[in-house]
Amino acid sequence: MQIDLRTVAIQPQRQAFDHLVRRFGDKAASRYQEGSYDIQAAENLHYRPTWDPDHQLYDASLTRIVMADWYALKDPRQFYYSTYTLTRARQQETAEANFSFVESRGLADMLSDELRAVALNVLVPLRHAAWGANQNNTTVCGYGYGAIFTQPCMYHAMDNLGIAQYLSRLGLLLGDTEALDAGKKAWLDDASWQPLRRYVEDCLACRDPFELFVAQNLALDGLLYPLVYERIVDQHLSAQGASAVAMLTQFMSDWFDETRKWVDAVIKVAAAESDANRAVLTEWTRQWSARAASAMVPVVELALGSGADEAVGEQLEAFRARVLKTGITL
Amino acid sequence: MDMKVAKKKLGLKDKYKLMTRDLGWEPSYHSKDELYPYMNYEGIKIHDWDKWEDPFRLTMDAYWKYQAEKERKFYAIIDAHAQNNGHLNLTDARYLSALKIFLQAISPGEYAAHRGFARVGREFPGVGPQVACQMQAIDEIRHAQTQIHAMSNYNRYYNGFHAFADQRDRIWYTSVARSFFDDSMSAGPFEFMIAIGFSFEYVLTNLLFVPFMSGAAYNGDMATVTFGFSAQSDEARHMTLGLEVIKFILEQDPDNLPIVQNWIDKWFWRGFRVLGLVSTMMDYMLPKRVMSWREAWDIYGVENGGALFKDLARYGIKPPRGWDDAEKAIDHMSHQFMLGLYQWSFGTAFHSWIPSDADMDWLAGKYPHTFDKYYRPRWKHIKKLADAGTPFKNYGLARLCQTCQLPSVFTEPDDPTLTCHRETVYKGEKYQFCSDGCQHIFENEPEKYIQAWLPMPQLFQDPINGDLGEWMKWVSLLDGKDNGDYAGSEDQKNFEAWRGLATTNQ
Ligand SMILES: [Fe+2]
Ligand SMILES: [Fe+2]
Repeated sequence: MQIDLRTVAIQPQRQAFDHLVRRFGDKAASRYQEGSYDIQAAENLHYRPTWDPDHQLYDASLTRIVMADWYALKDPRQFYYSTYTLTRARQQETAEANFSFVESRGLADMLSDELRAVALNVLVPLRHAAWGANQNNTTVCGYGYGAIFTQPCMYHAMDNLGIAQYLSRLGLLLGDTEALDAGKKAWLDDASWQPLRRYVEDCLACRDPFELFVAQNLALDGLLYPLVYERIVDQHLSAQGASAVAMLTQFMSDWFDETRKWVDAVIKVAAAESDANRAVLTEWTRQWSARAASAMVPVVELALGSGADEAVGEQLEAFRARVLKTGITL
Repeated sequence: MDMKVAKKKLGLKDKYKLMTRDLGWEPSYHSKDELYPYMNYEGIKIHDWDKWEDPFRLTMDAYWKYQAEKERKFYAIIDAHAQNNGHLNLTDARYLSALKIFLQAISPGEYAAHRGFARVGREFPGVGPQVACQMQAIDEIRHAQTQIHAMSNYNRYYNGFHAFADQRDRIWYTSVARSFFDDSMSAGPFEFMIAIGFSFEYVLTNLLFVPFMSGAAYNGDMATVTFGFSAQSDEARHMTLGLEVIKFILEQDPDNLPIVQNWIDKWFWRGFRVLGLVSTMMDYMLPKRVMSWREAWDIYGVENGGALFKDLARYGIKPPRGWDDAEKAIDHMSHQFMLGLYQWSFGTAFHSWIPSDADMDWLAGKYPHTFDKYYRPRWKHIKKLADAGTPFKNYGLARLCQTCQLPSVFTEPDDPTLTCHRETVYKGEKYQFCSDGCQHIFENEPEKYIQAWLPMPQLFQDPINGDLGEWMKWVSLLDGKDNGDYAGSEDQKNFEAWRGLATTNQ
């Protein structure tokens, strides 16, 4: 039924939902606020999980991090489903254009065998690491506390899957299915990849959601993305004329620039909450980043050879400076 | 490698395989049991995860693209609806009671499903099912958010929406839906999939969404119609996932059959009780009705459900155990439930009302064997009391079923004059049930259901201590605004005044 309505000004009865008025005052709420704050059940949870009877269905004590209010861990991008998908849809358009540019001009075929081999050897096994990252972020979303913290982890997990798929396409484009087979074999057996695979599997065994967030999103990705996509792809390969590869990984570079702001914001607020939190975060960051750095050395060697140690060392320095801004001194 | 590699032509299926399950690997630094620890305790046997057939094939780039298009459209319509006072297009503001129940009880279920699917999306040791579950996990937060956003504008003008987050956790009737989702999430991963993926998404979802969305369309609620339509293609994916899960489990090992049958029995009955809310909405709360609950049941329950269980018979699956009792309840449940809601309407954050004579004639036509015989006389009695200025209110506490948490307002399957009531003594404590179905569910897992949070005993604990006013404060219910009869409510007065402004030249 559609009746003809005169435009009338009528007085709203209230500005926003009660729980948002309590948090932000009596004013209109943003869609990010409406879709994120307090939407996880918090009280009177009915049954304990049959798979973990020592905990509640949502249980903040699954992690060593303690927050008076978990909703303090705001996402500076203010991603809710809509803004998240619109952003990624735009980026996938660019990625699609880049892939077809490389394909239609035969740029992949123009790569020298040597550079193609480097690109394949370094990038293709990383599709498995990205799948590990997907599972880890899914864990954080599933078992973390508070929608404001867990929501972006689901988006992040789907991004990790998307990255694994872009890397698979890159492998197919540069080396067909043989490249994917070889990459998987390397991931499983080659000595260069074992420290990283062990790191990822250790993450999969970790069930403290916040520690996992640190191990995967801060420590590992904080070293892996700049080392692989900036140093190896954008600098090393492009300098030798393989900028086609950089076009195929632009999504990953842009993605890392964007998502690190969120990761840093989460760590910063959690560290500022208490000395105890800061101590735990420092311990985790120190341990996991040291391991991530040594796991990355043999991977970076595949491209930079003897320059790997220096590259990883410099990146670790940059990483130290980055986490210092979030309140963590390594 | 050759400079010009002749690319192999990959079929869609093979390509999707490379984009998903080929990403996985056999771990060697930790055992599989350590990384996927919840795979065995429910007794389900899976021998080969590779036998999983992908229910849909959607890579992330395609997902982002399609979903973004839907999002753009959805928010464009919602924005226009808010700007143009679309709420004045409603047939009548009493319709909003259905939406208030939806926001307080069902949208939180969407969020719970989001978290539940994230958990199973991690726990299954097969990339195929993991990816499918993760996509449902992200879809479900979409549903929670689009619903909140669609109803946000109603909240600005009408009562009953403002405290949905508080009421999700505290008010008595939302614990029907809350306990349902908590029950599924506290179960193991396989049971969760049968509970939500199969029973809810596949068997019952049409009974919830189709009547709800058509009801919205009939009653001028474009906001709800829009989120319903926008969710439709997501739901189609969720349904194929639910069906694949059950077939996969049953094909893996014959020992899985009795376990799955037991879950189907349980979740059918759990779901059927939650749908009691929908029956009331369809028969009573829509000013302009789409079809009766009975008619919806005949199409979406009997016809569709019948075909489904015929299809599953080849695996040895039988129709759910409570099916016959459900059929016997169909002609009674909406009336029994609305009578209950009316007498406890001082404690609900939505309005109820006495049906008009015209409404009662409609109900008599749709329920020729039950309405005039059992329910019209009761409404007439209630009407008489209301006309005399002494409206009927039941300040006695509702006796809630320990399993489904609905008040015991339902009758014996074979005797509509007798309230159905069951009792079980467990470890020296007495527990009450609304039906054989709920009693049976309890007796299968008593250690789970004795933990249930029951909202009525809470009334006598701190900070309420039996004080109704304190209780209202605690559940964020504004007395005289959110609750009670629609007749004479603020919602009614405002809607009529605003609509008068918009349709006349005053
Ligand atoms: Fe949903
Ligand atoms: Fe019950």
